[in-house]
Amino acid sequence: MNKPLPPITPETRPFWDGCASGELRYQVCGRCGTVQRLPRTRCASCHGDALEWRRSAGRGRILSHTTVYRAPTPAFRNDVPYVIALVDLDEGFRLMVNVAGGEQPGLAIGAPVDIGFRRVDGCVLPEALLAD
Amino acid sequence: MSMNAFITGVHDTAVGELPGSSVMSLHAEAAHGALADAGLAPGDIDGVICAYALTLPHLMLGSVFCEYLGIHPGFCTALSAGGASACIMIMQAAALVASGQCEHVLCVTGENRLSGLSRNGAVAALADVGHPQFEQPFGISVPAAYALVAQRYLHETGATPAELAAIAVEHRRHAGRHPKAQRREPITVAEVLASKPIASPLRMLDCCLISDGGAAVVVSSRAAARDTRGKPVEILGAGQGHTHEHIVAAPSLTDFGCKRSSATALARAGVTTADIDVAEIYDSFTITLAVELESIGFFERGEAGLAAARGELGLGGRLPCNTHGGLLSYGHAGAAGGMFHAVEAVHQLRGRAEARQVPDAKLAFVHGDGGILSAHCSLVLGVH
Repeated sequence: MNKPLPPITPETRPFWDGCASGELRYQVCGRCGTVQRLPRTRCASCHGDALEWRRSAGRGRILSHTTVYRAPTPAFRNDVPYVIALVDLDEGFRLMVNVAGGEQPGLAIGAPVDIGFRRVDGCVLPEALLAD
Repeated sequence: MSMNAFITGVHDTAVGELPGSSVMSLHAEAAHGALADAGLAPGDIDGVICAYALTLPHLMLGSVFCEYLGIHPGFCTALSAGGASACIMIMQAAALVASGQCEHVLCVTGENRLSGLSRNGAVAALADVGHPQFEQPFGISVPAAYALVAQRYLHETGATPAELAAIAVEHRRHAGRHPKAQRREPITVAEVLASKPIASPLRMLDCCLISDGGAAVVVSSRAAARDTRGKPVEILGAGQGHTHEHIVAAPSLTDFGCKRSSATALARAGVTTADIDVAEIYDSFTITLAVELESIGFFERGEAGLAAARGELGLGGRLPCNTHGGLLSYGHAGAAGGMFHAVEAVHQLRGRAEARQVPDAKLAFVHGDGGILSAHCSLVLGVH
């Protein structure tokens, strides 16, 4: 069983193209400045249509994390235990990612991370690396 | 104040593993039971609201049900809001009877989730609610998403997994008083903490059951309620709160839409949390109930688990909560899981809860949440 790959849509393509080229991107409203949590076609705050893509420095902190022991589907069964984290990026957006290396010393809420990338079944996904 | 809507009939089927049951057979059994309870005939029903079923995915479950039962109502729909569905169905039914569009609306749920899907199948099907691009590729599951909330909760409040475990222990104690409950053998905090890890900090006994079962409620207008047999239970208040769908997009990991939904429902009823005699609140995980009890204002932040350990959620406690045993120990059969909470509240208010009866219960609070604490609906029910 293959892993579920992101079904890329026109409004999210710049994000995934960025991942494929090693660049983390996020959307900001050119009108009100609101950083968008997820890519979309109009701003979730002022509802204007002036969204712009920017490059993130890829640094953030762990908002929360969990170690998954029970895989949701057979595709993830060989990976357990793996770590899922919510990461708040310095620019103000949030990502769900796996933490490279799984459970390890230093994995904690508030810990600084860098976003890297890994290839999974022909797709490049962002992942978190605990900062030194 | 009044919503001008009354619950006049309820029924809950057996729960657990029910071989030979189907989505429609459970719907029909629950519906006929609720109609008999109200003293109504199928032809008296002029409105039908269904929800959804993972074992019978269909665009028009309401129409499928009416065809199966053999009724032709003037209003029929199906809605889908996960664990908030049951409360939203009742809130919607109340609007239909209060506005004069219907006299008796049947809200009916049921699913053979355990025998039809198996535990593995249900876990996989539910993982589909993760965002297809920004959550599912990372192996998210519903328990893992709630675990992210739980980890943050423990971090911010200083509460411990043992305190959350006390919630599971009290639910099992409640279920032990209900002859129909799926799991009745007592458990201890140590057993919860030693159960299989699912997604840290949540363990198997922090998670709800997977069951077959069905439940239905008849909502009637003030005038039509006079034609029914049982003691009507008034819908005194209702409210909803919606903040996000996916946990990656939640505005907060600690504050959710239950705050708004409960404030609206309580204000509409003209009561406060201190007036509530019995609460039936969605408990998909121990953390779900802790966050909701605190957000709604029944307990101070970080105190829900400690309160459970002190017996405050038990029969005779400050807030008897989930007196049937909840999703954690009574049973969870999809949308019927939330409907069990509403049906139990009615049993309590009618004084029919037998060994688990809260003495002289007059005012009940019922709450459902769908998604990852995403969609919330609260009801205040009462009898005079």
